[in-house]
Amino acid sequence: MSEILIKNASVCDPTQGINCETMDICIRDGKIVDSVSGNAKVIDAEGKLTMAGGFDGHTHSAGKINVGRFMNPNDARKTLVPGLSGQVARTEKTRAQVGYNTPNTYAIGYRYAKLGYTTICEAAIPLLAARHTHEEFKEIPILDKMGLSLFGSNWQVMEYIRDKEPEKLAAYIAWGLRASRGYGVKIVNPGGGEAWGWGRNVSGLYDPVPNFDVTPAEILMGLAEANERLQLPHSVHVHCNNLGKPGNYATTIETMKLFEKIKPSRDRQALHVTHVQFNAYAGTSWRDFETGAPMVADYVNGANHLTFDLGQVIFGPAVTMTADGPVEYANARMLHEKWSNQDIELEDASGVVPLFYSPKSFVNAVQWAIGLELALLVKDPWKVMFTTDSPNGGSFVNYPEAFTYLMSAKRRAEVISGFSKMALDRMVLPGIDRELDFYELAVMTRSTQSKMYSRPEKGNLKVGSDADIAIYDILPGQIDPSTEYVKVKEAFSGAAYTLKSGEIVVKDGEIEETPKGKTYWVNAKVPESIDTAMQKDIDRKFRKYYTVSKSNYMVEDSYLQKPVEIGTEGVF
Amino acid sequence: MPVIKDAVCSLCGSLCDDITVTVEDNKITKIENACILGQSKFVGMFKHDRIETPMIRKDGELVPVPYEEAIEAAAKILVNSRRTLSYGWCSTSCEAVSGAIQLAEETGSVIDSTANVCHGPTALAAQEKGAPSATLGEIKNRADVIIFWGCNPVHAHPRHMVRYSSFSKGLFTEKGRKGRKMIVVDVRKTDTAKLADSYIEIEQGSDLLLVTALRSIVNGHEDVIPETIAGVPKAEVLELAETLKNAKFVCIFFGMGVTQSRSKYKNGDAMSSLISDLNQHTKAVMIGMRGHYNVTGFGQVATWETGFPMAIDFSKGYPYYNPGETGANDLLVRGEPDAAIIAAADPGAHFPQKAIRHLAKIPVIQIDPYANPTTEIADVVIPSAIVGIEAEGTAYRMDAISLRMKKLIESKFKTDEEIVKDLTAKVRELKRGA
Repeated sequence: MSEILIKNASVCDPTQGINCETMDICIRDGKIVDSVSGNAKVIDAEGKLTMAGGFDGHTHSAGKINVGRFMNPNDARKTLVPGLSGQVARTEKTRAQVGYNTPNTYAIGYRYAKLGYTTICEAAIPLLAARHTHEEFKEIPILDKMGLSLFGSNWQVMEYIRDKEPEKLAAYIAWGLRASRGYGVKIVNPGGGEAWGWGRNVSGLYDPVPNFDVTPAEILMGLAEANERLQLPHSVHVHCNNLGKPGNYATTIETMKLFEKIKPSRDRQALHVTHVQFNAYAGTSWRDFETGAPMVADYVNGANHLTFDLGQVIFGPAVTMTADGPVEYANARMLHEKWSNQDIELEDASGVVPLFYSPKSFVNAVQWAIGLELALLVKDPWKVMFTTDSPNGGSFVNYPEAFTYLMSAKRRAEVISGFSKMALDRMVLPGIDRELDFYELAVMTRSTQSKMYSRPEKGNLKVGSDADIAIYDILPGQIDPSTEYVKVKEAFSGAAYTLKSGEIVVKDGEIEETPKGKTYWVNAKVPESIDTAMQKDIDRKFRKYYTVSKSNYMVEDSYLQKPVEIGTEGVF
Repeated sequence: MPVIKDAVCSLCGSLCDDITVTVEDNKITKIENACILGQSKFVGMFKHDRIETPMIRKDGELVPVPYEEAIEAAAKILVNSRRTLSYGWCSTSCEAVSGAIQLAEETGSVIDSTANVCHGPTALAAQEKGAPSATLGEIKNRADVIIFWGCNPVHAHPRHMVRYSSFSKGLFTEKGRKGRKMIVVDVRKTDTAKLADSYIEIEQGSDLLLVTALRSIVNGHEDVIPETIAGVPKAEVLELAETLKNAKFVCIFFGMGVTQSRSKYKNGDAMSSLISDLNQHTKAVMIGMRGHYNVTGFGQVATWETGFPMAIDFSKGYPYYNPGETGANDLLVRGEPDAAIIAAADPGAHFPQKAIRHLAKIPVIQIDPYANPTTEIADVVIPSAIVGIEAEGTAYRMDAISLRMKKLIESKFKTDEEIVKDLTAKVRELKRGA
């Protein structure tokens, strides 16, 4: 029985409405408990901000990040964020580390832990390549992991929607999650992945997908209804059509509106829209490109059925990686960059392109502003998850820097002062004076995730929750983040303590222990008769079209590290 | 009589996963669906001589010893070495590769794979221009134009054309071979070329010229092309470019004829650029015809564990990568390594003489199921179980799809994974003792 007592912590836990109150936290066997014995190890957290472990609900940390590493060996030597990037030799406790945007697996685990993060969600798993994702998961130390499986351009999905077979569709989703050991339904540029199979794209919600006689809107609705029928812990997780195109804010709002009619089957959102920064563009071309964030925020402020995340841009090098195949080809051609592509048979597409966000480019400056505008213009922080869509908008190691943008208008003004007039004319950020406090930051980095992923034991410090805890050497009330942002960044860059399942994994910003994390996956129950009928259809798919056998497609148990199976009861 | 279905063949990069194997008295008695190469692998292990026991060279002769003794001798070599080369690891599982990387990290070694003499330049090309690719099923279901460039699947990947490419049938390719145009570009009329609709014979080492010419035409600059390019008449090159532009879906499969001929990685670099240009007109992808069944897996595992796909130098404690400096042959030709550990590969048969001469001078640890020319220069020989037959584990197909290889029969041999783990534990023990 291991016990820890965190004494006199300044606790910020929005899930319980606790706003920087001094209290003790008791831990026994990896869980938060009411009390501990006198034998408990004591951590003195007096004067230290204490939150639940951070939860990155949308990051690219396994799978296609390997393509990013493969094509960018130069990234391995980048040391843009001291202590959290570049080459670090092995020690007795840690494996060797490299990288900035595309760190090796070990570095991902250590660096997230140093930031006080303890859970990550890989945002795109192709079913056929899921085994690879889990192989990488196994080599990411410390963190708990989950992954979202791709369904948005899947032949079987589109056929069931076209043929109006919603029960079989739900059964297929349940099977796909089992096959890939995924946690939820990811939809990227619905229909666009299939169109990219012919070098094409879809232009919006009502543009038919070639050869399949369905539209992106139908795919979205079909999958959302299946998602609710299965009572999955997370809603559908949507990367909207037309990503990265001027004027796309209209498609984004149109997509959000579509979901007004979806009734969530659990106490969570009906829709999560991801990296909205890339989907909140106004204008008609890159010449008259400007922010569309006010329009999107205005809609979100009046809606209660959705959550979203930022995809905040960080200036400097980034690596874009997405299942939006056509977007990556367009990026590569526009930016004269190298381009990797991987279309997955019957399922989806993807691409990887490195790029550089420069504050001198008016487009990049406006992109940087849009992410912050979205976070600051949307009034309710519980609708917002903070992300950089790492490493698409920038590497996760920049989170502390990004927090200062959210917490300090002065810091924003400093950055903005370097922008061209052309950039300033296209954004509304300079007129926004809102500054987030620590409580709101905790909502966006922990509490929203707990709710939106239906993981009540994560992202909060309630009795019974996992003892995933971050203690930062900073004290709200005694520091003014709007002016002392350097201290804020410093504190968030290396936690005084990070505890993972009650074990001290980081102390004074250094790795102490490297336990293995859990892998969450969802096993949704489906009536046998429907499952049997569905299996006949996919048997045919495997026989005629796939290049692997069905039996070899399923991720075997041996690939799951400390698996946590989340069962759900479908409604049929 | 156990019949195992959907076994994965661990011979070539096609990694066919539909093999049916019958096992009687712990012997494989029947193999269905495998090609002749796969058959010989499954059957070969009973027909050919295995290395029956671990061995240590004493007074010039390899003498049998127990596993423990061989592992201890190998660990001593590693601990006493200041510059170890770890090489091979492509005909074994990803789990073994992972262990080998950890061992290399702990011993400050350089670790490299057989891609050093194979598709290594393909990785360099991807680092220059990217790798626009797809899974093999995309080709099966969509491709109406397939090029085999500098490769000969009839002999090297015998089921490739039936399962994945020329002859396969899919949703948008119902007519199979009849609905496809198959083109071979090579320096000689191979058996694959004999099956093609058109065969373009190019001069040795002139691949870059032809790819560049195709790019020029695809991008609207046919006027710059001379009357003959790479030994091919201009009219033929124009026709090829037209075929590519007018296709619905193009795949270029390329082999060592491209990666190891003159211009090396620049060929792949240009090929990748050609694919990018073609996508302005049609859909196009490229796939390297990887040879050893898990050479792709080594690249994948090494990349996620170290950031680099091959030629990784751990002497500084962190991974350092500079192929041309840190490749296996670079080191050997410079006479740098003072010990080598070689697994699931045979540099003795495939490396340049100068490299082998240096290998012969230094202590060599070999881990392999079979004796081969490398055994002749090995000082410690550790036999291993054959992955995909006697041991399970992960392998990556040439299109980076991973599959779980099955264990079909019991074996008295330790697996590569176990050997590496034992070796690492022994190295740690000796280091602590020191």
